[in-house]
Amino acid sequence: MDKRKVRQLVGAIAEAAGRVERVRLMEICGTHTVSLFRSGVKGMLPANVRLISGPGCPVCVTSSAYLDAARELAGRDNVTICTYGDMVRVPGRAGSLEHARGQGADVRVVYSARDAVGVAREQPERDVVFLAVGFETTTPATAAAVMEADRAGLTNFFVLPGHKLVLPAIEALLAAGEVPIDGFLCPGHVSVILGAAAYRPIAEARGKPCVVAGFEPVNMLEGLAALARQVAEGRSAVENVYGVAVTEEGNAVARRMIAEAFEPAAAVWRAMGTIPASGLELRGKYRRFDARQRFGVEFGEDYEPAGCLCGQVVQGKVAPAACPLFGKACTPLAPVGPCMVSSEGTCAAWYKYGRPAGSSSAGTNAEGRG
Amino acid sequence: MLEPEKQVLLAHGGGGELTRRLLAERVLPKLANELLDPLTDGAVLARPGGRICLTTDAFVVQPLEFPGGDIGRLAVCGTVNDLAVMGAAPKALSLALILEEGLAIATLERIVASIAATAAEAGVVVATGDTKVVERRGGDGMTITTAGIGELPDGLELGTGTIATGDAVLVTGAIAEHGLAVMSARKGLSFRTELRSDVAPLNGLVGAMLAAAAGVRFLRDPTRGGLAGVLADLAEQTRRNVEVEEDAVPLTPVARHTAELLGLDPLTVANEGKVVAVVAPGDAEKVLAACRAHPLGRAAAIIGRVGERSDWPLVELLTRAGGRRVVQRPYGEELPRIC
Repeated sequence: MDKRKVRQLVGAIAEAAGRVERVRLMEICGTHTVSLFRSGVKGMLPANVRLISGPGCPVCVTSSAYLDAARELAGRDNVTICTYGDMVRVPGRAGSLEHARGQGADVRVVYSARDAVGVAREQPERDVVFLAVGFETTTPATAAAVMEADRAGLTNFFVLPGHKLVLPAIEALLAAGEVPIDGFLCPGHVSVILGAAAYRPIAEARGKPCVVAGFEPVNMLEGLAALARQVAEGRSAVENVYGVAVTEEGNAVARRMIAEAFEPAAAVWRAMGTIPASGLELRGKYRRFDARQRFGVEFGEDYEPAGCLCGQVVQGKVAPAACPLFGKACTPLAPVGPCMVSSEGTCAAWYKYGRPAGSSSAGTNAEGRG
Repeated sequence: MLEPEKQVLLAHGGGGELTRRLLAERVLPKLANELLDPLTDGAVLARPGGRICLTTDAFVVQPLEFPGGDIGRLAVCGTVNDLAVMGAAPKALSLALILEEGLAIATLERIVASIAATAAEAGVVVATGDTKVVERRGGDGMTITTAGIGELPDGLELGTGTIATGDAVLVTGAIAEHGLAVMSARKGLSFRTELRSDVAPLNGLVGAMLAAAAGVRFLRDPTRGGLAGVLADLAEQTRRNVEVEEDAVPLTPVARHTAELLGLDPLTVANEGKVVAVVAPGDAEKVLAACRAHPLGRAAAIIGRVGERSDWPLVELLTRAGGRRVVQRPYGEELPRIC
């Protein structure tokens, strides 16, 4: 790690930020939130640079109704739920999937959609439902899994569709205009699929600079420095400092796979309501893999547990420390909402890497700033 | 269909002829020693020179065999190491095997052979044992419980009670290898890695550390909860801040990248062949040199220091990037069934 380079970049950010009153940047992606904390970079930024966490944590923006549907399916006879790890602990009305597992439900953590297909192959006598959540980084894998299941003629593999698209959510946030944002730090991995050019509408039509960055400290700082400079100079362009992985056009093959198996549809984002064309439904012959159809399950109304402000946190309206439940009724051991459960959740990051409220340095350093 | 010569049956646990034969043919010959051979209900040990240190442990790792080790090696090392970090010289252990019906006898034999080899490596004996068979439970086929006895010399008092501001924090080598190696062997994780568990008996290394200087205050092995767990214990129990330099923490590039891939913080991943030590500042270099002179401690490093007293003691990491962040105890099952 080149500490000199780090200092140089921090200096560049300070210089640019010094030319304006303040710089408010949204880090869209949950992995950025965590990396900024974990690397200590968050604490090195000038006082007038504010980092706002965005809705880029898939588990955090999955509606409670989706969770309840998954929980219901888990309770059905002969059903095996396959899911990414984070989903398991999010509390729903009837408890979490982990809770269901404790009561005898077959809930398994998998690391890829393909693993879920493997489970279906291995256990032809059980119905396997894969909880398909995630942004464009994971969607191609689900598409591939569904195609594999189709080729293999599997009749016991299903998907509960929950994939979302990042850009419509950003557009919706900007259109709502409730959170002043000067620029966006764009997610490295999603951008590998989308391509940097995908952010042009935001930069050009909405006048907000967008910089694509990876997750290493130096690269994140390069991204933040580029953003600070653009804000200071009143520019709004798309820049890519993660050129080693992200191209202008992105991964067209992956996007074709997504388009083959899915089509955009309106989706409910937790506590944000319905955003048009922001989710993905199975299309054409792949519709038969939709678990809702097979099991006669529908998504109900979205809701928030009493007092939970996750929905506000993912929109950047509220910092975790401002939530009355944060650190008291809601902790990683006893979470109320998904932001505290998910490894990419903003509240979990603040709780794990920030200073406890009441400690002598709480609120006086960058971890406490929002 | 269960094959009696090839798989463990419920009847093998019945205490009758099948049990006797299973033990006589597949288990006891490998473990043979003076204390065990009489096969009496209890083993009789000679009176120890110092105080008796007793520890117990249970092993439920999945899968049973993983790169660098297996549940048997883990059982011996886990027990030996708990005694070693107390400052006790491990002498003997008890071994209770709970086998699941259907377990391949060949697997049982490999694991017993591993227990025997590891016990010999550590200079301890399996003094007494028990074997039960249960119905299939969807586990991997075997769990092990042990108790271990060691001799603690008079006058040796390791613990957090004597730790003072300015003491050095030391770790005996590269972290996170055991947890990541076990994960890589799990079904459903298809990444190949050169990572191997670091599982090893540490009594020799600890002996060298204690012989090097009088200023070793505290020892612990960072198993479940990893290095972060031990540091959190230290901060909590001494009511002092602890500062650690990320650059100084030994971590191989492969381990770093594997942990990143899995979304894990290496500080929270289990180790089975490492010791964390707190040493008086004047003796830190001597203890470090003693570690590095030992095959299991070549990558040892001083990673930080014990700070000032505080009402809210925190473990703070000076990050690679030159920033700071807090390190906390991990919250529950980051990696289930790792040891």
